[in-house]
Amino acid sequence: MTDPVIRHYGPKAYSDHPPFSYPDYRSTVLRGPKQDLLTIVQTLSETTGPGPIWTEVSEEDADLTTNAGTGESAIGERIIVTGRVLDEDGEGIPGVLMEIWQANACGRYVHWRETEFPAPLDPNFIGVGQCVTGDDGAYRFLTIKPGPYPWGNHPNAWRPAHIHFSLMGPSLGSRLVTQMYFESDPLFPYDPIFNSAPEHSRDRMVARYDHDVTEENWALGWRWDVVLRGKTATPFEEDE
Amino acid sequence: MTRLGETPSQTVGPYFSMRLSAEGENVLTTRSDRIVIEGKVLDGAGNHVEDALLEIWQAVPSGRYNHPDDTRGLDLEPGFTGFGRAASDFETGEYRFETLKPGRVPDAEGAFQAPHISLIVQGRGMLNPVFTRIYFSDEEEANSDDLVLRGVPAARRHTLIADLQEGTSPPVYRFDIKMQGDDETIFFDF
Repeated sequence: MTDPVIRHYGPKAYSDHPPFSYPDYRSTVLRGPKQDLLTIVQTLSETTGPGPIWTEVSEEDADLTTNAGTGESAIGERIIVTGRVLDEDGEGIPGVLMEIWQANACGRYVHWRETEFPAPLDPNFIGVGQCVTGDDGAYRFLTIKPGPYPWGNHPNAWRPAHIHFSLMGPSLGSRLVTQMYFESDPLFPYDPIFNSAPEHSRDRMVARYDHDVTEENWALGWRWDVVLRGKTATPFEEDE
Repeated sequence: MTRLGETPSQTVGPYFSMRLSAEGENVLTTRSDRIVIEGKVLDGAGNHVEDALLEIWQAVPSGRYNHPDDTRGLDLEPGFTGFGRAASDFETGEYRFETLKPGRVPDAEGAFQAPHISLIVQGRGMLNPVFTRIYFSDEEEANSDDLVLRGVPAARRHTLIADLQEGTSPPVYRFDIKMQGDDETIFFDF
């Protein structure tokens, strides 16, 4: 019997993440833990995870402009969102499942709870997609630039345009759900969700316009890298 | 080498079920020897959380993880990944998983842990994921030797143990998650 490989990773950088409770985002007040987290030693239960399960995802899933399956294209500003998923040492992480969901060009989600914002739906846009990162951690989506939309947190509250990203990396400890924003959005100062992240790390959620990614006569290009909690050291065999 | 900083976490928001927790993702198996885990997610005022995302990760019954790092020559289960997702019900806050009871996996000291399932909870109004474990009330002996459970203050240990409901078939284990309050569930840092 071969001993399992235990890839211990370093401590989570809690100071790079939002606090559990951030009163400007009202719903957090009753939903974040108040007691201290209990530190446990990493075992296979923490160093493994479901990420490697997804080896094959169809290319069509990464094209949100056509994956509604209607044979027609979604309406809005067509954009390419591309970049790499990296560990804290800057190494690309292959095989990460990236799942995204977003509003349409008008800021409307295809969800039964979205009933109050009188913006049109697009029959050719479902607003969900997925891909798996390549050998160098690279990913690429083709989609429609989402619109900003109002929400009920406070008077005249609007979310800046964003795409929700779920990343399932190599271990449970690197699980990340975040939101990608677009450079220079005028709504940044007013959004408590964006501002819940500490000032020094907020910018890491912001995609940059990149003319080298833009494709002539087709789509504008945005570049965004994601950094997941990384490994600390070379793996070792248990019990050695 | 300069270390890169982690990309910050953000809430899954109210619309995560467009993509995460699709129909059937909470049913890991339909085998007759399956178990059911169900419960509620509750906030600090005792109200149900109507839009929580729950993700589980577990070993198969042999005690092996379906992951390339688990190179032990133990059986895997065809068609069973060990991963599942569920959303809490909008009206009741209830979630449900159908799965196989996990086997025992190695602990950090060369012995074996009690059977457990890793659980990640996220939701609207939660800016970060929280990590906990589901243990089983009918594994008293294994639980009493488990390194993680032994490190938990005795008064809070029960928050990690799913209660087998008498007379249920398939066996139903009840596991509520309390985000805050006197009886707050133990959440882990690792």
